[in-house]
Amino acid sequence: MITILTNMLSMCIPFSVALLLASIGEMFNQRAGVFNLGCEGIMAMGAFIGMLIPFSVGGGGPVPQVYNVLGFLAAAAVGAFLGLFFGVVTVTFRAPQGIAGIGLQMFGVGTAGTLFRHFVGGTQSIPGIPDIDIPLLSKIPFLGDVFFSHNGAAYLAYLFIPVAWYILFKTPWGLKVRAVGTNPRAADSMGINVSRTRYESLMLGGALAGLAGAYLSIAQAKMFSDTLISGRGFIAVALVYFGHWHPLQIMGGALLFTFAQTFQTQIQSMGISFPYELAVMLPYVLVIVVLSFTSRNQTTAPTSLGKPFNREMRT
Amino acid sequence: MTRTFRLAFKAVIILIAALAAVLIASIILWMIGADVGATFYTICIVPLTNTLHITEVLIRAIPLCIIALGITVAYRSGIINIGAEGQMAIGILAFTGVALAFPSVPRPLLLPIALLAAVIGGGLWGFIPGILKARLNVSELLSTVMLNYIAAQFYSLCLRTIYLDPAEQGLGAAGTPQSMRLTENVWLGRMSGRLHYGLLFALVLAALIFFLMWKTTLGFRMRASGSEARAARYGGINVAFYVTLAMVISGAFSGLAGGIEIAGVHRRAIEGVTNNYGFSGVVVALFGGLHPFGIIPASFFFGLLIYGATLAPSKVGVPANIVQVMQGVIIIVIVTAQMVLSNAYFQDRVWRKISSLRKKEA
Amino acid sequence: MEGKIRELRMEHITKRFPGVLASDDISISVGEGEVLALVGENGAGKTTLMNILMGLYQPDEGRILINGSEVRFRGPEDAFKAGLGMVHQQYMLVQNMTVTENIALGYKKAWKPMRLSLSEVRSRVVEISEKYSLSVNPDAYIWQLSVGEQQRVELVKTLCLGARFLILDEPTSALTPQETDELIALLKNMTDELSIIFISHKLQEVKAISNKVAILRHGKVVFSGNTDDHSSQDIAAMMTGHSIELPKNLDKNDSGDTVLSIRDLVVMSDRKTVALDHLSLDIKAGEIVGLAGVSGNGQRELSEAINGLRRVESGSISFFGKEIANFTPRQVIDEGMGYIPEERNTEGIVPAFSIRENFILKDASNPEFSSRSILKKKDIDDYSEKLVKEFDVRCPDIQTAAGSLSGGNIQKVILAREIERKPRFLIAVYPTRGLDLGAVEFIHQQLLAIRREGIGVLLISEELDEIMDLSDRIAVIYKGSIQKVLDHDEATRARLGVLMAGVKEE
Repeated sequence: MITILTNMLSMCIPFSVALLLASIGEMFNQRAGVFNLGCEGIMAMGAFIGMLIPFSVGGGGPVPQVYNVLGFLAAAAVGAFLGLFFGVVTVTFRAPQGIAGIGLQMFGVGTAGTLFRHFVGGTQSIPGIPDIDIPLLSKIPFLGDVFFSHNGAAYLAYLFIPVAWYILFKTPWGLKVRAVGTNPRAADSMGINVSRTRYESLMLGGALAGLAGAYLSIAQAKMFSDTLISGRGFIAVALVYFGHWHPLQIMGGALLFTFAQTFQTQIQSMGISFPYELAVMLPYVLVIVVLSFTSRNQTTAPTSLGKPFNREMRT
Repeated sequence: MTRTFRLAFKAVIILIAALAAVLIASIILWMIGADVGATFYTICIVPLTNTLHITEVLIRAIPLCIIALGITVAYRSGIINIGAEGQMAIGILAFTGVALAFPSVPRPLLLPIALLAAVIGGGLWGFIPGILKARLNVSELLSTVMLNYIAAQFYSLCLRTIYLDPAEQGLGAAGTPQSMRLTENVWLGRMSGRLHYGLLFALVLAALIFFLMWKTTLGFRMRASGSEARAARYGGINVAFYVTLAMVISGAFSGLAGGIEIAGVHRRAIEGVTNNYGFSGVVVALFGGLHPFGIIPASFFFGLLIYGATLAPSKVGVPANIVQVMQGVIIIVIVTAQMVLSNAYFQDRVWRKISSLRKKEA
Repeated sequence: MEGKIRELRMEHITKRFPGVLASDDISISVGEGEVLALVGENGAGKTTLMNILMGLYQPDEGRILINGSEVRFRGPEDAFKAGLGMVHQQYMLVQNMTVTENIALGYKKAWKPMRLSLSEVRSRVVEISEKYSLSVNPDAYIWQLSVGEQQRVELVKTLCLGARFLILDEPTSALTPQETDELIALLKNMTDELSIIFISHKLQEVKAISNKVAILRHGKVVFSGNTDDHSSQDIAAMMTGHSIELPKNLDKNDSGDTVLSIRDLVVMSDRKTVALDHLSLDIKAGEIVGLAGVSGNGQRELSEAINGLRRVESGSISFFGKEIANFTPRQVIDEGMGYIPEERNTEGIVPAFSIRENFILKDASNPEFSSRSILKKKDIDDYSEKLVKEFDVRCPDIQTAAGSLSGGNIQKVILAREIERKPRFLIAVYPTRGLDLGAVEFIHQQLLAIRREGIGVLLISEELDEIMDLSDRIAVIYKGSIQKVLDHDEATRARLGVLMAGVKEE
């Protein structure tokens, strides 16, 4: 029993990274007032580009780590570009964000699938990135496995949480982001460029979603497929509500959901005769349950979330 | 501002939007080294070149049309249904369940009952996000997407277990997860090729939705709830009820589309029947201007794209996923163009630019 | 651009919005230490002009000169740098941030590359608030502050950003008469160091504070000159272009039975705080009761609670002897309640619906407009044509989207719908907010007319003049309960002001 628990818990940190990064990115979008449902599509593109680079260099064989890093960077760049594109649509043209996000999701997933079939073909795996056992700490029983022997990208992602907190609450840019998401008119009257701030946060959010996708393909699954993301982008959006737009609470949510997901892998490996499909459903059901409890009385929600800003539109 | 200018302005914006959509799709095609012209020709023109192709386009247009009608009811009532994919799957399960349970009931009775079961199944699956939105303010965009994944898992679970074709059972893991061929008593007749009488359903339902939404008090209240929920509530309309009802209707249509698809085309439940119709239905609804009479041609057009895309891999070496790319781009372009068209400030500015240019010339 | 602003001129400013010429060749100037009152009716273009001055809007034509040299403001930041500061009518504050954070938004000196120095902002706030004796708590969240306190924050904010030229847009609209007096005294002291543009349509204030006045009408300056040379009456006449004498409630009040009786009503606000605290109020048939008070003291919650739009925690609402607390909105409507809600664009009408659809919003199921759930197009059209004529709604036709009408015409649509339904009672919430005098006159006449028919009216307003003109009795609301109910003859501005500020009499 302990080994099962250790197994599940030790999967939590590395398997939660994609959700975590995408969700923190979405948090920045929403804090600035933009609801980006295209997160799923951006992750798909990030995942594809991320694996394409090490794959095209090594053809599936081992490659120097620098190509994996390049894969991550390219994924971030593509993500930022798609965030920018979403900004053009929702900030400049003020299109309704929900439905435009669905469009971006289809576009991203479709494009990743199309390019994947052309450049890679079928299922191809890549070596990915190795785990780093932190000296001494990883030797601690139980805790060592759970916390201190994961891949480098996972450590970096978790180090980013306090950074995100600092950016949001302690820097001038974070102040701007929070202001344009709550009262853009006030921010505007103070000389803050609302559109620019929203664009910047969309690009940051996009880059993080791209990284999240690349993490799935490079570090976690070590391959790409059409179903690789399978709703993680949407769950990431839900996690932002669950985490009340705060990085630490979002981290808690990401861990909780990952724990639910690891359930499914454990079931399989243990050979319990429990319908596999029901285990796969679990995280999705959990999202709905969690949203049901947290969607009412969202007093912390950025009050201008989802509302395009138009200086000349007098209300 | 003259009338001619307004019309010209509208035409130009729509033209630019269409060009933008084609351009973005072309860039993706160019990236995979495809012959852009030939690809568009294969997807948009080839399916129109013979009757067999056209019937194939039409059988794809049928579920698209029915689903898009349902999505329109929801959208007009202020709730966006991205969950048609899941509702369709549940509708298929309900339809198949009835057909498997009562294979000997005569057709005039069994077919309507099975279709009704599909309607109820889809309606129930639509009720969940509807009530969650109305009572607990849960974003329907997220809940419907989650319900899609849940329905997809449930669907394959049923196909692998209780619905599994006895002929496949012996094969174990190598077997195809599918039901047995359903009794002829639930089949819909065919007109030509695989084209079935579901086409008539689609057309009749379009007229019905038009009547419901624009000619009855029920539609009036649903549209009021969707247009400005606050004012509707202040006007004594029970917004929560109408939003939920709209979602139930929307789900019921998706479920029905699933039932008809099985009754007319596949005649057994099998993986892949939903074929992304649920998402395409959103595009069709928007492209059709959220109006039944726009949805009929729109569903034909997207039936064309979807069928054309299946020809693309063999004819021009382009993956069929390209249709998803196009649909995504089309959604984005439509909502963007709508905002530009409704932006009086922008229109005013363009008008003044043009009139000042004219003055200079004169 | 440091140093004093000896003269600020706006020359030939023109700005168009779709369908409106918001500023039409406007020129104004303000010298050092002067106070210019910019007066005009709602919609005359005062705020637009000031938004142009602050760089929020770009003018289509015209230029701005400071000390004789032309300046171009691409945004408010440029205007701050030039020493301009504006307190907007709707306060430009981020509710869930502290006072310090709000000011930090514009205080670029505290923006370090990777760090925001809030302590620097904070000490600046303290310094300024002491210098001008404007007490604010730099660590309070905006949502914790009263309207008066928020206004002080706005003043401190503009001063912290180095304003040497102050623009105040209707600064007194949400204040009690006493707070207004304090503000005017404060501003008078400031004119030693600052020049001020003061936007208002209240002429007492204009007379009290300004030395120059410019009158705007339909986007044009129709007059400018020294304030002292002209009487309030002259200015009022020039403001409207013709003299409008708003109707007054002078009839003898032959009061009927009590029709609406509210007892110990307790209702929560959106923030889950007590909004109505054991509120009691009686209204009789055929009388207008004006509810006076600074907005935010429970007016919205009261009207919503009566209409079934907000849960009643305890207490009773008796309507013609029937208990209607926690009825659904539909049930309240069916009891014969008429309601003109606060937000006409989002609560009063469905903006995307046509005028005809808005007319039947509450009555789609009425046999007059539908049979067996099917709408009767012809009957609805006839009814709508009749109402449009009767209430003089200016519109191209009845198919026009109601949201595209002007504020006054939207209010007429709502009024037409509510009155034509033959209500037994009417609740009117801020019915004339933001309307020009012509529309105000029309609405006042209609309210008095239904009063004459013996219908009781609850009039909620923040305009004391409106309340004093129309009401038979005036109830003052403060922090969710009724301070006192005065007869029309007992009520004076000063007395109401004291009550509105929460001071108990005796």
